[in-house]
Amino acid sequence: MPLLHRLVRNESPAISFLIDGEPCEGRAGDTVLTAVLCHVERLRDSEFSGAPRAGFCQMGACQDCWVQLAGGERLRACTTELVEGMHIITRRGRGRG
Amino acid sequence: MAERAPPLIVGAGPAGIRAAMTLVAAGLRPIVVDESHACGGQIYRQPLAADGRGAKARYGSEAAKATRLHRDFAALGTGIDYLPNSLLWNLRDGAADILRDGVSRRVSYDGLVLATGATDRVLPIPGWTLPGVFTLGGAQIALKAQGCAIGRRVVFAGSGPLLYLVAWQYMKAGVEVAAVLDAAPLAAKLNLLRALPLAPGIVLRGLRMAAELTLCGTRVVFGADRISIEGEGRVARIVYRNGGREHAIACDGVGYGLNLRPETQAADLAGCAFRFDPRDRAHLPVRDASGRSSVAGVYLAGDGARIAGADAAEAAGERAALALLQDRGLSHDSRRAAALERALAKIDRLRDVLEAAFPCPSHWTPEIADDMLLCRCEEITSGEALRAIRDFSLTEINRLKAVTRIGMGRCQGRMCGAAAAELLAARTHRDISAVGRLRAQAPIKPIPLATSQSVDERQHDPAH
Amino acid sequence: MTRRIDCDVAIIGGGLVGSSAALALRGMGLSVTLLDKGFCGAQASGVNYGGVRRQGRPPEQLPLSQRAHAIWPRLQRLIGIDGEFMRSGHLKLARSAADMASLERYAIDVAPFGLDLELVGHNQLRERFGIAGGVIGGSFCPGDGHANPRLVATAFAAAARRAGAEVLENTKVVGATRTFESFTLEAGDVAITARTVINSAGAWADTFARDFGEPVPLERTYPSMVVTEPLDPFLAVNLGIEGGGIYARQVTRGNVVVGGERAMPLDDPDYSRPRSDGVLTIMRRAGELFGRLRHAQAIRFWSGTEATMPDRNPVIGPSATTPGLLHAFGFSGAGFQIAPGVGEVLAELVRDGRTSTPIDAFAITRFPPASQPDDALSSR
Repeated sequence: MPLLHRLVRNESPAISFLIDGEPCEGRAGDTVLTAVLCHVERLRDSEFSGAPRAGFCQMGACQDCWVQLAGGERLRACTTELVEGMHIITRRGRGRG
Repeated sequence: MAERAPPLIVGAGPAGIRAAMTLVAAGLRPIVVDESHACGGQIYRQPLAADGRGAKARYGSEAAKATRLHRDFAALGTGIDYLPNSLLWNLRDGAADILRDGVSRRVSYDGLVLATGATDRVLPIPGWTLPGVFTLGGAQIALKAQGCAIGRRVVFAGSGPLLYLVAWQYMKAGVEVAAVLDAAPLAAKLNLLRALPLAPGIVLRGLRMAAELTLCGTRVVFGADRISIEGEGRVARIVYRNGGREHAIACDGVGYGLNLRPETQAADLAGCAFRFDPRDRAHLPVRDASGRSSVAGVYLAGDGARIAGADAAEAAGERAALALLQDRGLSHDSRRAAALERALAKIDRLRDVLEAAFPCPSHWTPEIADDMLLCRCEEITSGEALRAIRDFSLTEINRLKAVTRIGMGRCQGRMCGAAAAELLAARTHRDISAVGRLRAQAPIKPIPLATSQSVDERQHDPAH
Repeated sequence: MTRRIDCDVAIIGGGLVGSSAALALRGMGLSVTLLDKGFCGAQASGVNYGGVRRQGRPPEQLPLSQRAHAIWPRLQRLIGIDGEFMRSGHLKLARSAADMASLERYAIDVAPFGLDLELVGHNQLRERFGIAGGVIGGSFCPGDGHANPRLVATAFAAAARRAGAEVLENTKVVGATRTFESFTLEAGDVAITARTVINSAGAWADTFARDFGEPVPLERTYPSMVVTEPLDPFLAVNLGIEGGGIYARQVTRGNVVVGGERAMPLDDPDYSRPRSDGVLTIMRRAGELFGRLRHAQAIRFWSGTEATMPDRNPVIGPSATTPGLLHAFGFSGAGFQIAPGVGEVLAELVRDGRTSTPIDAFAITRFPPASQPDDALSSR
């Protein structure tokens, strides 16, 4: 079950994106964090213990929500707007360049 | 005669907005740099896209203030050099490094207003890194800016006025709020009687929120202790002690926080002197009643200097801008300045009361178990910290950081600094004011290695 | 009330040199007072790049460096932690034929010292080390490596304390004088009497040298470092470049430390900060060198205060003016690896009046007062 539940913008324009290869839909106005956590329960695994992480402060301070895209790019999920076609990888080790 | 560089305002929340308006009204054209896409800071944060909710639905009782600030800032137009979506990652002696879209620019300034705001303060509790646990501010942003709830059955825990406000906002949005776990004992709330003459509206609103929550079926617990969050891969329940017994509440989302902590990295890099503040329980940049820091030409306003709330931030932003104008030899309204200082002094007395009514449970940290994660980023446990303190005879927090890596991760001590200080103070039997403060280092937030450099055409000082 | 301490050896400066000397002296049964104006290991010893390398040192440093080389693998036994020492090898890259020739010449010059240098060409660089782009060859020293400077220096001081040294932190020596047969050091509310004094005060050592009538042309330099977030392992060696410019290593936890460019002092020259354009330049160079850094984030920059001598060799050995005074400072940004060896040498000098390791090249007498510019002789 997803971590976040949408209360509004359910009818907003859909934005197609991918999580670990799976096609998903977000809504215009979503941050990457919102879009991903409306589908799954985690954003990434922590580097050292492998424990799941899903953000914390939602305001770009705690730096917990850094995710990787399929091409290796990194972005901070809570302060990045979801863009059509984004491919977020949640199941991977550390940053791989 | 060389033209003076413009003043620089860091942050477009209530303090930054008022500072900008004040400087523009005096004929200056300040640079306003802000990380967000739109003004408002956190409290008056604007959504990325329209979501069908008006200001009342989004900002509640503060809707009029929010709307006015947004509108007033927009009206400044090209009267300011507005840099949204921009990160100020370093500054020194009249030059700031600002990153936007992968390009870093060196920007010259003459006069600096720091309105950098605040984040939630937290102390570690078991399970605080589980998916589904957000700070109180984070839970509020999810609801206010993204229109999402952090769970279907949520528990809010910690301390501070925000605890009740966010819980109430969730309840009003139709989310089941199973419990509010207040770390402070009920007796602490009696202090609110002292706030009645200062700000009756705030007190009555708070009482009404608590009452409505209770009527809605929320379990409101005072003096909740030994709070821990459990679950396999995500939040499943929250456990606490109260009345001599352990209790567990099933939930799928937790909002947790212990009031706020100022973002003081820019002040540190600007060379401001710091002093320990017992009310905030943190080292804060020294500031006088006008907002002047210890460094000529550097002014501090809003929660980024000391926690005092959004109304104080507005007043402080305007007051600091007036100080900047005065120091620049420009005419300024000294009667207005005095009135602002009186208003700020009154809010300051209110904050004393609120801190007493919503105290930070600093006694938690010395009691935490060895295997508890103290530093989220580097995954350092309190046991490792205690061993290092013993093995290396550590007494100072930057030494603790150097040896254990606490505070060396991506968040550079924002989430773990308070706990590290509490732990070190408790273990070495000293007051928390004696263990030092984590020194800020650039970059203020992580920046890409691939950042390219650019030179600002309007650079005034070639010496850098 | 002044606390009085009487001891065999007083050491001014609790960095890696002073702390390792303190530990070695305790091992010989001598009483030691170790003083630092701040926390031990917090200055250059704690903020340097962390390279533990012999390769690249001038031949006159190699006997000392080889002595230290034998100590690093024994850290666990010596100080209780391994200091995250990794025998990763040190790879020095050449960007041009001239640089490669320089590496080849060096390999010949130091052949007698047993560094086991391997010269590698372009193909080997790619196959063995995954490095392409702008480099034509390199020199690999398999026995070199890197360690965590924050841990090592602090741990030596802690070990010295456990071994019975009196360690006085946040205790600044404000006066040092020689009386009849001993020295008196004044440090706030402590007065120390000692038969021997070691001046290992790093960037502040020139003041003490001058006080004893032997000024030195010491300059402060400020290195600049960048560290990334934790990354998947991809860089197994400690990497440098002939001619300088950039050096990089990846720690076990995955962070990559990259050094290069110069930082600048603040108004208080005891403190420094990297230059923004310097770190941006180094970050870009690092990304050009390693594709795996293309998307990485830098999470922290730092600097520190190093003491540099004009010939980039340290000052080690007896004072030329004052019996019982030993100097060990001015390591010019290359002190980390050799410091534990210097500590042992200093202990030998104290106990025996001589050492088995050649240190004549580091004599303070190579800087006669008459040869120095006036400002080296005046107060800072």
